[in-house]
Amino acid sequence: MQAETKVADELIQTSVSIQSNKKKGLFLKKLKTQKALMAMSIPFLIWLFVFKYVPLWGWSIAFQDYKPALGMFDQTWSGLKHFKFLFDDANFYRVLRNTLGMSVINLVLGFVTAIGLALLLNEIRHSKFKKIVQTISYMPHFLSWVVAASIISYSLSTDTGIVNIVLMKLGIIHQPILWLGKETWFWGINGVSDVWKNVGWNTIIYLAAITMIDPEQYEAADIDGATRLQRIRYITLPSLKPTIIILLIMNLGYILESGFEAQYLLGNPMNLDYSENLDIYVLKYGISMGNFSLATAAGIFKTVVSFIFLFTANHIAKKFDQPRLF
Amino acid sequence: MKQRKFFKATKNHSGAGDYLFDFFNYTFMIFLCVVMLYPFLNQVAVSLNEATDSLKGGIFLWPRIFTLANYKYVFGEASIFHAFFISVLRTVIGTLTSVLCTAMVAYTISRKDYVLRKFVTIAFVITMYINGGLIPNYLLIKDLGLLDSFWVYIVPGIIGVFNLIVIRSFIEGIPDSLFESAKIDGAGDFTTFIKIVLPLSLPVLATVSLFVAVGQWNSWFDVFLYNSSTPNLSTLQYELMKILQNSNASMSGKTASDAMANTTAQANMVTPTSIRATMTIIASLPIIMVYPFLQKYFVKGLTLGGVKG
Repeated sequence: MQAETKVADELIQTSVSIQSNKKKGLFLKKLKTQKALMAMSIPFLIWLFVFKYVPLWGWSIAFQDYKPALGMFDQTWSGLKHFKFLFDDANFYRVLRNTLGMSVINLVLGFVTAIGLALLLNEIRHSKFKKIVQTISYMPHFLSWVVAASIISYSLSTDTGIVNIVLMKLGIIHQPILWLGKETWFWGINGVSDVWKNVGWNTIIYLAAITMIDPEQYEAADIDGATRLQRIRYITLPSLKPTIIILLIMNLGYILESGFEAQYLLGNPMNLDYSENLDIYVLKYGISMGNFSLATAAGIFKTVVSFIFLFTANHIAKKFDQPRLF
Repeated sequence: MKQRKFFKATKNHSGAGDYLFDFFNYTFMIFLCVVMLYPFLNQVAVSLNEATDSLKGGIFLWPRIFTLANYKYVFGEASIFHAFFISVLRTVIGTLTSVLCTAMVAYTISRKDYVLRKFVTIAFVITMYINGGLIPNYLLIKDLGLLDSFWVYIVPGIIGVFNLIVIRSFIEGIPDSLFESAKIDGAGDFTTFIKIVLPLSLPVLATVSLFVAVGQWNSWFDVFLYNSSTPNLSTLQYELMKILQNSNASMSGKTASDAMANTTAQANMVTPTSIRATMTIIASLPIIMVYPFLQKYFVKGLTLGGVKG
């Protein structure tokens, strides 16, 4: 097959006039021999179209007064009405504030802790001990948010929660605190919960990048008499830079995806003002109240802003000659 | 002894500073393990402790009055047992179909001479960055008649793009000679896929299976969104989520339904707290027992996807 293509390629180069004919012939021939490949992929292309591309058409709902009872083409168009409502809605700004606040906290906390833990894990020489620590640190990642939220809210409860018990034993607080009832603390609790759940998992990519570092660098550092902290500071951390930048860009694209499950499951009437984010807003207006148009408008806002963030971050990385996504 | 010390000194760099570093590092790691494990082990202890006794507090890592009554009660509840069954069913069917279909598409886009290779790849990758969002997806599912059906757990997520790329990268690493000799033996693409690609890709398929199975087992949002009015399609995670929501709501005052739940529960010598702990354990134990054995694979799979995706 390959030899055949090679011969064909040579023939193509000899004459321009035959070129198009030959190529067409090859293409048709390929089509024939690739029937099986097509049978294996085209059904899933159709699936992809239906489940991933058709919903994009659903964005038009945001510009209509959508009524589920009517057909797709019988809806009345309403222009930017829903967007105007959105930008006049105080609730919208509240959930936007919560979304951004929690995203930034999760992003910063998530990055710092994962990189820090990866650096410290890398300094452990007992490979058995290291592996056990890693396995244990991955555990919460595999729990569902429902399970995690259940565990977290139990740990934070006033009567049996370990957090209050430990803090009281240490004399830091004298009264148990109703942690999930303090609305202004919710962002922090959400951030720490996210770290607890994902920090171990997030070290995987950094540890993989660390294994790529040339051991000679460490040997040279040893000869120069570098301390452990100096080795981390001048060798390990700089070589993680490309990985960190790529992950940062990718995460900036998700800046309005502050997560949904944690906020929804840890949220309660007492912390609602600080726990509700954009996704919960969409869910509330769309599914619970049936205002599909408004909820879709909020969804579009989210996607567009995410895209702007992603492209800006990528552009900045390009300007500073750093690795980038595309 | 002396020699070992010398060896260590050159390798690690002597000095009190380094020993101090190690001391703090190891202490920190042990602390980390405690923080990761304790909340879970605590729930195990609560689930194995007598329900009304648990309310007095003071249960840490070991039950005070050991009992299996909580488990008996939870598995005795027909609705919870049925939810457990649905959870298992969606995990098994969802994982098998998804992994097989994803691998199949991955194989086609790993063939360099496949005419649709570029088109298929790009069409899939774009969906990683753009999606319709909650409401359009919900309306689509509704229009397709998938509301209140089991298949809403399987069909919409049958191919994961990240998994697709991970498997494709792996298949591209299989030596070309194997494919060529298969072709000479007259094997078609489908036969090659079944007889060569699948067996050789077992490591990556194990990884992807773990990801998919965990996702299936853990999901509750699709149940909530699409099937909340069909109790016999409920899953374990969703049942647990409802209990959690109840106790969240009752934080700011006991609700009537909560009080009712309390009285029925007390008649059976269980409490919402102990039911929650027990279901937490049941909902997480299957995964916790499996993932450590697949660690080698998922670490590799994740880095493969991260580098090439």
